[in-house]
Amino acid sequence: MIRTHVLICGGTGCTSSGSVKIADALEEEIAKNGLAEEVKVVRTGCFGLCALGPVMIVYPEGTFYSRVKLEDVPELVSEHFLKGRVVDRLVYRETEGEEKVEVPSLQETGFYKTQMRVALRNCGVINPEQIDEYIAMDGYAALGKVLTEMTPEEVIQVMKDSGLRGRGGAGFPTGMKWDFAARNKVPQKYVVCNADEGDPGAFMDRSVLEGDPHAVLEAMAIAGYAIGANKGFIYVRAEYPIAVKRLEIAIGQAREYNLLGKDIFGTGFDFDIEVRLGAGAFVCGEETALLTSIEGNRGEPRNKPPFPANKGLFGQPTIINNVETLANIPQIILKGAEWFASMGTERSKGTKVFALGGKIVNTGLVEIPMGTTLREIIYDIGGGIPNGKKFKAVQTGGPSGGCIPAEYLDLPIDYDNLIKIGAMMGSGGMIVMDETTCMVDVARFFLDFTVDESCGKCTPCRIGTRRLLEMLDKITSGNGTLEDLDKMEELCNYIKANAMCALGQTAPNPVLSTLKYFRDEYEAHVVEKRCPAGVCKNLMHYEIQPDKCRGCTLCARKCPAGAITGKVKEPHVIDQSKCIKCGACMEGCKFSAIIKK
Amino acid sequence: MKSLKELAEIRERMKNKVALREGSGEIRVVVGMATCGIAAGARPVLNAFVEQVAEQNIGDRVTVTQTGCIGMCRFEPIVEVFEGDKERVTYVKVKPEMVPEIIKEHLIGGKPVTKYTIGAVEG
Repeated sequence: MIRTHVLICGGTGCTSSGSVKIADALEEEIAKNGLAEEVKVVRTGCFGLCALGPVMIVYPEGTFYSRVKLEDVPELVSEHFLKGRVVDRLVYRETEGEEKVEVPSLQETGFYKTQMRVALRNCGVINPEQIDEYIAMDGYAALGKVLTEMTPEEVIQVMKDSGLRGRGGAGFPTGMKWDFAARNKVPQKYVVCNADEGDPGAFMDRSVLEGDPHAVLEAMAIAGYAIGANKGFIYVRAEYPIAVKRLEIAIGQAREYNLLGKDIFGTGFDFDIEVRLGAGAFVCGEETALLTSIEGNRGEPRNKPPFPANKGLFGQPTIINNVETLANIPQIILKGAEWFASMGTERSKGTKVFALGGKIVNTGLVEIPMGTTLREIIYDIGGGIPNGKKFKAVQTGGPSGGCIPAEYLDLPIDYDNLIKIGAMMGSGGMIVMDETTCMVDVARFFLDFTVDESCGKCTPCRIGTRRLLEMLDKITSGNGTLEDLDKMEELCNYIKANAMCALGQTAPNPVLSTLKYFRDEYEAHVVEKRCPAGVCKNLMHYEIQPDKCRGCTLCARKCPAGAITGKVKEPHVIDQSKCIKCGACMEGCKFSAIIKK
Repeated sequence: MKSLKELAEIRERMKNKVALREGSGEIRVVVGMATCGIAAGARPVLNAFVEQVAEQNIGDRVTVTQTGCIGMCRFEPIVEVFEGDKERVTYVKVKPEMVPEIIKEHLIGGKPVTKYTIGAVEG
């Protein structure tokens, strides 16, 4: 009889910090201690606190261990699982001010307290490779309900009433999308799940697929019933091997239970799903390019209209929903549209998952009601900026989004508010930047990405973004003029208005938003030839202050370019023509004699 | 799977198995499992509690866990029952045979089995 469940995260984050080996070692050690019948190791999906990985939670006590190492395993087994003594040094402690404080349970940590988990509700709770565990959490009950108690029209009405909007970026109302497709009375329609998550810094879709794949399958079957489709495709990045593997296991198990396949629940409804792997092109996250890619062609977007709901995959009516959108749907069916609509703001209902990254203490995944402010996300949940640095901006929406400055920290986050200030929800990547980040460099980074990922089909995107990148390069290398700034703005607006698909239409957003909120930084680069954050290498140099230098020779030894010379016990000098500006000298100096200018 | 009924059956069967992960129930049964406890036979007692709590279907209210040495090694195996604000009940020298009675009278019936508690043994 099992008395203890040890949940260990098997998401990508913790897997990369060694959780699989630890889980194996735990099982071995548990068996060695004769506890195999009493203690069970459960490999789950992502808990959200990726920065602290590998993480582990022990039930029924609810003890939360973080940064567990392989060598901790014997102690954990003999002390905690056998004798019931919690291994104190591995217990997660929250930083409150300067002090580390103990937290009674995971749910009461600052990180989880205000979270509301709908899409992520099973992530880190169930074993995603066991369909029975999903069923225990009311899995497939929603599919059973719609097939036996509801008409397709009623299902669509529930979706409309819930106010659910697409979580992939644009925020189109899901119920409306389904309705458009349902109105086409043709025999063959398709349901497509967009799992081509490509925004740098966003990984919520991966976590849902890894942690709760059946929720996505169930939602796709519900969608199929609602619009009259019996075939689904999941288009997932090949770079997500764990997600792909778990999806395939889940599909196999669902077929075995006849929750996918013919005559589901004996209702005569057929539905099956196939996985298609993306080859890593960012543009394939754009829905028409994604469809083209599934059809076996080069992933290029097509013109809209016709919209996929009318003419999509293989020319048939198709709905395309994002992973996170789908993960909400079984819950909406079971708990009702009113329940879902009671969360969030007037026009953005429910919750949203954000991937917190960049200069923030708690890197990871959080799910919060729409309308939560940036300040709550970054400071209360995210734990603030590390090393006492000052917040400068947060970038939302990846390469399509914008940078939001400190003045909007108290803005409630929803689709419309973000658009209003020149950013966008996007898939929910949130990259926090502190005072050491150069905003021009950030814009350049994202542009570099879109230039690389532009498919080349339309001119504004193919050539426009490249010209934009060249101008940014000119500015960061110290050769920009004030006129360039105006030209850039003009070009941005031109690309936005004329590019064919969302990739091009949103590509200028990082430039426009930084120009709007951080124009002074651009001007410093152009007029004073200075990078205020000290990032742009052409606009800064390192200097040794002779009065502070003791001539210890450490910097000369650290310098990989041999740019530092000087005699022992005499001030050293940097040869600027040889310096590669790596900063190794400054990091190494024990007397703070080296400064960045 | 042919029917909703079968789905419900799997759900019921599995619910018990994952209920453990919902954290502590209102009643906590804590078994002393330090070296002294184990030597005195705490493991079969712990297992008896775990099994019988599941059998009686009271897993949603009752959580069974272990703890370290309570400090009264001569009384091991010790089992303590915590329930809300009520005073804790400490059973001493517990044997697996005593477990059904404790579950029936105390955990389900709400009346501690005083003859097994520390007061009765000491006095």
